[in-house]
This record gives sequence, C-alpha cells and structure tokens, in this order.
Amino acid sequence: MRNDRTIRPKSWLTFLMVAVVVIAACGGRQADRSLILVSAAASLTDAFAEIEEEFEAANPGVDVQLNIGGSSQLQHQILEGAPVDVFASANPTVMQTVVDVGLALDPILFAGSRLQIGVPNGNPARIGGIGDFANGDLLLGLCAETVPCGSLAREILAAVGVEAAIDTSEPDVRSLLTKLEEGELDAGIVYSTDIIASRDVTGIAIPEAIDLIAEYPIAAISDAPNPTGARDFVAFVLSEKGQQIITAHGFTAP
Amino acid sequence: MTGLKADLGLSRGGFTFGVVLSIDPGQTAALLGPNGAGKTTTVETLTGLAGLESGRIELNGRTLDDPNHKVFVPPEQRQIGVVFQDLVLFPHISALDNVAFGLRGRGLDRRVARQRAAEWLDRLGVGSLAGRRPADLSGGEAQRVALARALVIDPDLLLLDEPLSALDASTRVDLRRLLADHLAEFPGPSLVITHDPAEAFLLADVIHVIEDGAITQVGTADDIRLSPGTKYAADLAGLNLFEGSASDGTVMVGSHPLQTADTSADGDVVATIHPRAISVHRSHPEGSPRNTWETTVLRVEHYGDRVRLQLGAPLPLTAEVTPGAVDALRIEEGSVLWVSIKATEIEVQPQ
Amino acid sequence: MSRRRNPLGVVILAVIGLFFFTIPLIGLLARAPWSDLPDLLSSEIVLDALRLSLISSLGATALSALLGIPLGLMLARAEFPGRSVLRGLVLLPLVLPPVVAGTALLFALGRRGVIGEPINEVTGLVLPFSIWGVIIAAALVAMPFLVISVESAVRNLDPRFEGAAATLGAGKWRTLRAVTLPMIGPSLAAGLLLTWARAFGEFGATITFAGNLQGRTQTLPLAVFVALEQDRDTAIAISLVMVAISLSVLILLRDRWWRAR
Repeated sequence: MRNDRTIRPKSWLTFLMVAVVVIAACGGRQADRSLILVSAAASLTDAFAEIEEEFEAANPGVDVQLNIGGSSQLQHQILEGAPVDVFASANPTVMQTVVDVGLALDPILFAGSRLQIGVPNGNPARIGGIGDFANGDLLLGLCAETVPCGSLAREILAAVGVEAAIDTSEPDVRSLLTKLEEGELDAGIVYSTDIIASRDVTGIAIPEAIDLIAEYPIAAISDAPNPTGARDFVAFVLSEKGQQIITAHGFTAP
Repeated sequence: MTGLKADLGLSRGGFTFGVVLSIDPGQTAALLGPNGAGKTTTVETLTGLAGLESGRIELNGRTLDDPNHKVFVPPEQRQIGVVFQDLVLFPHISALDNVAFGLRGRGLDRRVARQRAAEWLDRLGVGSLAGRRPADLSGGEAQRVALARALVIDPDLLLLDEPLSALDASTRVDLRRLLADHLAEFPGPSLVITHDPAEAFLLADVIHVIEDGAITQVGTADDIRLSPGTKYAADLAGLNLFEGSASDGTVMVGSHPLQTADTSADGDVVATIHPRAISVHRSHPEGSPRNTWETTVLRVEHYGDRVRLQLGAPLPLTAEVTPGAVDALRIEEGSVLWVSIKATEIEVQPQ
Repeated sequence: MSRRRNPLGVVILAVIGLFFFTIPLIGLLARAPWSDLPDLLSSEIVLDALRLSLISSLGATALSALLGIPLGLMLARAEFPGRSVLRGLVLLPLVLPPVVAGTALLFALGRRGVIGEPINEVTGLVLPFSIWGVIIAAALVAMPFLVISVESAVRNLDPRFEGAAATLGAGKWRTLRAVTLPMIGPSLAAGLLLTWARAFGEFGATITFAGNLQGRTQTLPLAVFVALEQDRDTAIAISLVMVAISLSVLILLRDRWWRAR
C-alpha cells in the first residue's frame, strides 16, 4: 500500500527553495521607531558603549545598536545604502564625502583626540621623544597613511622634520596597539584615548604636535529609517552628559 | 646448506601461527590452504614485511630472521622474488620500469637495468608492451610482467602468491603452462601459495597443507589423495583429477572415454570430477548418464556424516556417499558396483 | 555507456551555487576602473606587493612541503599515542580566525615570545616585520591543506605497493621517493595547489604577525586592505590582479594534474 500523503523529495525541495526566496525578500529592515543604528569609528568603541547605556536608560524602549568599524569602511557602507541612522566618524574628510553625496547634513564636531607616542610599559627602548622615530635600529610602527591616525602622525613627523624609519604601517590603531602591548614594537604613534584604555602601553606626549588634533564629527543620516531617533541620539552626544562621557575616555572637547 | 629452511612463529590477536617449511633448490612447493589459514602471513614473514616472534628463516645458508639471536634482515636485503596476489604492479610507471625497479635498487644504472628488464619481458612474450602502464595491460599480460619483475632480480627464493586466481579460465591455462616452465627452469627453491588444489597439484612437486596457522600435511599430490591427514585435506584430495585428450566432447583418459558436455575443448585437457557427483548403484542404472561402468570398491573410509569410497579399475575414482547409502547398498571393500557420472558434472580445462 | 544525468533539483541548486560564487566577481568587474588600470597596476605599491606575494606564497608552499608532507605521512602511517590530538592541532588553523593565529604566533615567535625571545637573544633574528614572518604566518594557515591531502592519500594507498618495493630492494627513502610520493602525486599536487592558493590570499595572520610595510611585508591582500580605506580604484585593481593570477594558476594546473585521472 502506498502512503499518498508522504511528501516526495522533489516537492520538498521546491518548498525549500520557495521558502529561501521568501525569507530573503522579508530580510530588509522595516521602519522601527525603537531602533537606532549608530555607525561609530573604532576608536569610539568604549565611549559609545557607555553613551549607548546612558541613552537607553534615559529613553526606555529604545534600542541603540552600535556598528563599529574603520571610518572609511563605515562610510562605504553608508554610500552603498546601509540603513544607518547616525554616523560618528574619526575623520572629517570621510564625513565630508557622505555630506557631498547628500546623505548627511550639518556634521558637528563632538570630540577631539591627541596623538601620543605609545611605548610598552617600562619603555624598554628608552624612547625620549618624536626624534627617536628616525632611529633605524628601533622597531617602530605607525598607522597606515590611509587611516586618520596614520595621516595625522605623518603630518606631525613632517612638521618636526623627522624622517621616520618605520617597520610597519598597521591598518588600524588597534592592531598597532596590540603590537605595542606585546612589546614587538618599541614605539608607535597612537591616540591618547587608546593609551588610556590599554594597561600595557604608556604614553609619551608630543609637545610639538599640540595643535594637531584628530577631530570627530557626528551627523544624522538624511534618509535614516528612524530620523527622530537619529536626532535625539546626536543631541545626547552633544549634551553635557554625553560630553562628560566623551572626555572621561580621554577625548578632548571640540 | 642450500634451499629454504623456515620455522615461522607469530601470534596475531589470538591467532597462533606456526609453520615449518623446507624447500630444496630447484624444488617447487605449494602451500595449499583455505582463506585465513595463514598464507598471507607466510608471505609476509618470508619476505620480511613482518618479523618473526619465534623460529628462524634460513635461505641458502644465510639467516634472514632469528628473533632468538636478534637477527633480522630487512625485506630490501633478502633477494626474494615475489609475484604478489593481485600482482601489485606499480601503476605510475611502465611495464619496463616495473621490471627494472628491482635492478635499479640493486645499484644498476638505468640503461643497463632497462636493457635487462626488456630481455625478460621478451622471454615472457610481452616485450612489445614494455612502454605500457599496468592499467593498459590485460590480466595475462600483467601477470607476465609481474613474473618478469620477480625473476629479473635473480632471486634466491621465488614466491608466487595466488598467481592465477585473478585470471579468467582461458588465460589461466596459458599462464599455468608458462609458470610450470619457469618453475622447472628456476634453480632455487620456489613456493606457490594457493587455495586451489588443481593449481597446487599441477605446479608443485610437494604440497604443504596449511590450516589454522599450521602445516597439517606434507606430501606429493598422490600422498595427499591416497591418505589425507585431515578433513580439509580429504576434501581436497577427493577431487578426481585426470589428464587426457579431448575431441568432440569425449575426453580419453588413457583408454577410458569420458563423455562430457563440453564440446569446445580440443587436445590436452584436465578433467575434474567432484566426488559427490559420482553415483553408485548395485545394478546397471536406468536413465540418461552417459558415463556408466562397473567397478570394484578398493577401500571404504568413514568421515563422520559421509563415507568415501576408493574405486578401482577401469578409472580410479574417489566417490562420496552417505552412511545410509553404504548400508542400503551393503557396500564393503571388494563390493562390485555400478558407477554413473552425468556428462555435465565433468569439468574440462584445456591444459 | 550513457552518462548519468543529475536530478533537476540538483541542477537548479548547482546553478544557484555557481551564481553565489560569481556574484563577488561580477561586483568587482562592474566597479573596475578599466581605463586607469594600466597606471594603477604599474604603481610601485602594486609591483612591490605582487613581488612579495609571489615570493612569500611560494616560500610558504615550500615550507609547507618540507614540514607538511612528513607530517601527513606520520599521521597516516605511524602508530603513536595522541595521534588524534596531533591531528586536531594540525587542523586548528583551519578553524581559528587567522587574526587569532597571527596573534598566537606573535605570542610564540615574537620578539618577546616564548620561543621568539630566546631565538632573538641567540641570533638577533626578529621574525615579525620581516619576509620570514610573512612566510611563517602564511605557512601556518595554509599547511593544514597539504597535511590533510597527504594523510588521506597515503591512508588510501595500498601498503602492499611499498611492501613490493621493499622486496625489490628499495630502502625506505627510495620507496618513499619512487613509489609512495609518485603514487599519491595527484593528491599531493592538489594539496600543494590549495596550500599555495591559501598562502597567496593570506591576510589576517600575516598582518597580525608580520605587520604591514610596503616593499618588506606588504603582500597583495594587505595592499588591498590598506588601499580600500582611501583609494578604492587601486584596491579593486589589486584584487583583479589576484583574481587573474589565482584563476589562471588554478585552472591551468588543475587541468594538467587532474585531467588524466
């Protein structure tokens, strides 16, 4: 006797394929007033985590989601149409490209960060200052020229006339910091905020670079799925409470 | 001392293996036994692919393995020519290089090795296939290449492991003849390992029957046929094997004709008749059997649930019947009986 | 003999699968700055990275062959306690994020590493920030492909072939050279090819362990990553170079080694 109710493999397969297509079609983000998607530069990780906590406490029922990455990586996502509400960049140039295509209006500077020389705790190579970056016998690192901490560091070196004999251009400040923490590098130029966040790296100020500050702009995205939420979040970052958190993490006020 | 003297002792997970072999130069011995009796272990220990736990192997006066005196000659220094079961020709090189392989290992340069390998391929009738890979050879051709590979190194001992089992019936006959020729020519001791009694009876001077890891009987084919030492040997020995000449379905064994169903065979053949295919009767049987004659019972041997009858002239036969039939027909030594064999029960192989 | 046809469902899914693999390539080709391509590709950054990539991927393949083939043979043939643990260890780099593998290398072979520090003290050698670091990082991540290929091939090889070689007077080395390795040739070649491909595309472990410096440690994948931050055209151009090189190598060698089988 045959059991006619058995699903034959072929129709089962068809069902599966239809299901995949349907699920894929429903995947796009729907307008949701309780969700704010914030794309923030990697160096803001700790500060924005605290801001997220405070903002959610002040606005019950609202869920802030942080999308952390390199500034230009985040910029590419926005240009390709990612449903982002707020963009906090570590680089005004990057922000400007978003403004230029009309995807962000009136970015506001909300924080600044100074660069420092980072050395492993105890400073085993006895780095004294920026001049040591010309010493080819030391193992020295910078961020890559294509990221803000790298271009800024090179500006400083150029300004003081030091031709740096570096051994690596790390793709982002975190990986530079790791190599300093492990003592693989004798010195590198990183943000003071990163030094504050790290237990294994000590900072040496660069008095020559007092005017060179990395600036952090923030803006609501023009076609944000949640425009109200975006506005509220930007306002919170600029508020007294928000600025307190920012400076507590080693940033300077704008 | 020349020839092979081997006392092979080994135990493998509950299986105890103890085989004693002695083969004179120029002699061909067969190791005949069922699967799992220890034939492969014999090959492995003789070649040195497995070491002995006890006993001793001596070949032409040279000790190859003697665990009691911590002597072990590794396989590559033993000078034993082996035709492996399934041949184990190297698939990635030509027939010629397969044969030359053993010579290269003994330090000959490539040109000389290839030249001598080519000579051996010629002697075995496959010289024109030297450039082929084993995959492009027929079963019989590959067998010849494998034999050349074993003989070319001028071995002290020749080992043939189930040399004909992979071949179809017609090729088998040719190769058996070829093997017999080369075994006769080979000056050293040789050992044919087989589960096929016909192969053992036809190729070997002396047969060692192996069962459960031990030799149970040693003797010529006739010794084993006439007085089998064990049930297995009795089974083997019962097989009626006749050489004769065939023409038009009739095989003449001496002056005695056997009618067979096989009309294709012509010339020298081996006819085999299973003992259970032979019927015995008190009087001339009715019906179709074309092979019917009167004979005398020479001997009656009881093997538990069956009885073996040795029958005399005109054609010495071993027949197997039940104890019930022996009682019913009142068979005893000296009884005169009628024998009948169906033509389809006689197997004919060209020789 | 007639060829067996695949069921329709399998064909449909296969086509979707093929599409899945083609999408990234389509994306890349669609954005390619074709007219600027010659200029972009002849820039010093790209040429340096190309040279380093070729040297380091071939170096990593050679190092993998030197150590990975014996390891595969051991895993396949030798009986020893803890073999499955060893196999797990060898396969670990396939599972670990390469960045973690690179960090682990830093802990072990870095200037202050468990092994790196004594090496540094004795020889003055610093592996990170050098081509050797790039090769080691790539080999660590790529070698498992070779080890698995060799192990499974040797496992599937009938040991009687090696036995036959021994009775024909071949010692262990000659057996390995003249029988075992040639007989696993196709798998060996496939393993080496995969190893090279993985090493050629290696990014995470390299940048973590060896750093990123044009002309010294910056391979093509690193150059792509850095360029992606600012100069997307260059990044796409470099990616196209990688696609072209790997595709032609994979197609050419695959056909040569595997067609005959």
